[in-house]
Amino acid sequence: MAVSNNPPLLEVKNLRVEFPTRRGTLLAVDDVSFDIAPGEVLGVVGESGAGKSLTGNAIIGLLEPPGRIAGGEVKLEGRRIDNLPYEEMRKVRGAKIGAIFQDPLTSLNPLYSIGRQLVETIQTHLPLSASQARKRALDLLKEVGIPGAENRIDHYPHQFSGGMRQRVVIALALCADPRLIVADEPTTALDVSIQAQIIALLKRLCREHHTAVMLVTHDMGVIAETADRVAVMYAGRIAEIGPVRDVVKQAKHPYTKGLMGSIPSLGVRHDKLTQIDGAMPRLTEIPPGCAFNPRCTVRGQRCMVERPNLMSAGASRAACWLHDRGGVGAPVTKELVDA
Amino acid sequence: MIAFILRRLLQSIAVLLAVGLVAFSLFRYVGDPINAMVGQDTSMEDRALLRERLGLNDSPPLQFLRFVSNAARGNFGLSYRTSEPVGRMIFERVPATLELAFCAAIFVLFVGVPMGVYTGLYPKHWSSRLLQTVSLLGVSLPPFLLGILLILVFAVMLHWLPSFGRGQTVQIGWWTTNFLTISGLKALILPSITLGLFQLTLIMRLVRSEMLEVMRTDYIKFGRARGLSNRAINFGHALKNTLVPVITVMGLQLGTLIAFAIVTETVFAWPGVGQLFLQSVQFSDIPVMAAYLLLIALLFVVINLVVDLLYFVVDPRLRSQGGAAKVAGH
Repeated sequence: MAVSNNPPLLEVKNLRVEFPTRRGTLLAVDDVSFDIAPGEVLGVVGESGAGKSLTGNAIIGLLEPPGRIAGGEVKLEGRRIDNLPYEEMRKVRGAKIGAIFQDPLTSLNPLYSIGRQLVETIQTHLPLSASQARKRALDLLKEVGIPGAENRIDHYPHQFSGGMRQRVVIALALCADPRLIVADEPTTALDVSIQAQIIALLKRLCREHHTAVMLVTHDMGVIAETADRVAVMYAGRIAEIGPVRDVVKQAKHPYTKGLMGSIPSLGVRHDKLTQIDGAMPRLTEIPPGCAFNPRCTVRGQRCMVERPNLMSAGASRAACWLHDRGGVGAPVTKELVDA
Repeated sequence: MIAFILRRLLQSIAVLLAVGLVAFSLFRYVGDPINAMVGQDTSMEDRALLRERLGLNDSPPLQFLRFVSNAARGNFGLSYRTSEPVGRMIFERVPATLELAFCAAIFVLFVGVPMGVYTGLYPKHWSSRLLQTVSLLGVSLPPFLLGILLILVFAVMLHWLPSFGRGQTVQIGWWTTNFLTISGLKALILPSITLGLFQLTLIMRLVRSEMLEVMRTDYIKFGRARGLSNRAINFGHALKNTLVPVITVMGLQLGTLIAFAIVTETVFAWPGVGQLFLQSVQFSDIPVMAAYLLLIALLFVVINLVVDLLYFVVDPRLRSQGGAAKVAGH
């Protein structure tokens, strides 16, 4: 894709999100930087707790207290938005950045018809009369593929299925034609057969509206099908970021390789899926050096003391000493591990 | 919907019949009504004659049937104490109690709900904590003590408000109202606060906890993500979602306000049915007690019916088929 030449729509630089707790401050997102170009789909993958949803929430300014942005900056169209006052940021949300959450069953207020919720959102951001807003709401519902939109617009959320509700949620996110949509696990709560439809819809709408998407998910299949670029997160940091084809086919970080190895692919006979031994460390127990080193099969002594930052690795960038001229250092011996 | 209302009406009638049975047994088993009606020197024959004439020798089911049909027409017999028709005694005093309960309910609603919303939205603000603490006082202070304290401060020391009675009232048909005279309105203030304060703190705490819960839901977060204004989120989306439990409790509380106005009416010498009931108990005036019992039951049943119908107004999920079952679960 040629999108990478455009000036970025969203720039995230050295973002840090922390949670003050009784046992000290936890760094849940640690020094994360990435760009999203206009119209681009960036997939963000990682295990639960890798910090991907928090990154999304930090961008839309809806971190749940006591979580807070502790450093770095977020720029939308060149304007810093991470330090905006609440009321200013409110005007950005919905208007410039739309959001889609995981569970369509709980994202809609059960007491209001979907039409009313759409009109409310439209009128918050666009100077339209009630009837114009309703017309736009109707158009949006047709666009997201709600059959019989004219009748359905006055129905209540409980009268829709999960997949239909997620379509309504997408329509709500698109109300004011935002430049970016942060979609946090948009298909996780849906049936597999519906997932593909929703992903296809999201993809088509964003292409037509030239809307960029930050697609947060733990489903590598969704990413491979939808994203232009992928960022793989591990323990609050980006482990690898690059074009989707490279990351999927030629993973540069041992963690990404492990992730790809754990996905069954059709047409290939697997005797056994590979798995990554161990579990992602808790935020309180992140080891020194590379956070992935206790589970890594190719680690060296350098990995246990020095933390790698993102570095060029082919078309991608990976946070792994394998791609540094210095390498991973001397092999790790058994005694050293026990010590 | 219609079927639901019909079913609720049938249930209401069943409840009233059950309460009626209790009221009826008061006559039969709490002392002998003949003894209460005649003097000591009445002969046994006269007593038997009276017993026969009043139908007290009929079978209990037949007597109950007669009691119910009389009660349905507002006929509860004569008071043992004053020999006035009980129905009229009650109806003369109902306006005083209803107006007092109504004012207390308004006080609860318009002070308690906003306080609950505020403390729910800003749970950590110092003023919320202060309200929380003060509300503890409201819950733990017994109404008679509160009433006496209010009288001490506002009537005895400051002379701002009257300490007893309804003040001047205006008669509209059979209804006497406090609302049309200054002294009547002033007389309402202290009793309303006394009666309502406990419920107010209850409602405030209920709204607060419901708000805290609703503010954590996904649709509130999604509302924020859509860029809705705080006002739309707090009042349009959050408050409305707290309404179902609040209406339920409010309905029950309104019944309680009427039924337990007894203490407040005594403290403020308020000429309502509560005071009448208390006097009747002292004199074992069973017809009045029975009528009072039925009146309170009727009010509870009506309020609950209204509450159930309000659910439908508030929550669209209940309007669809099978919603009635969910209401019953509330």
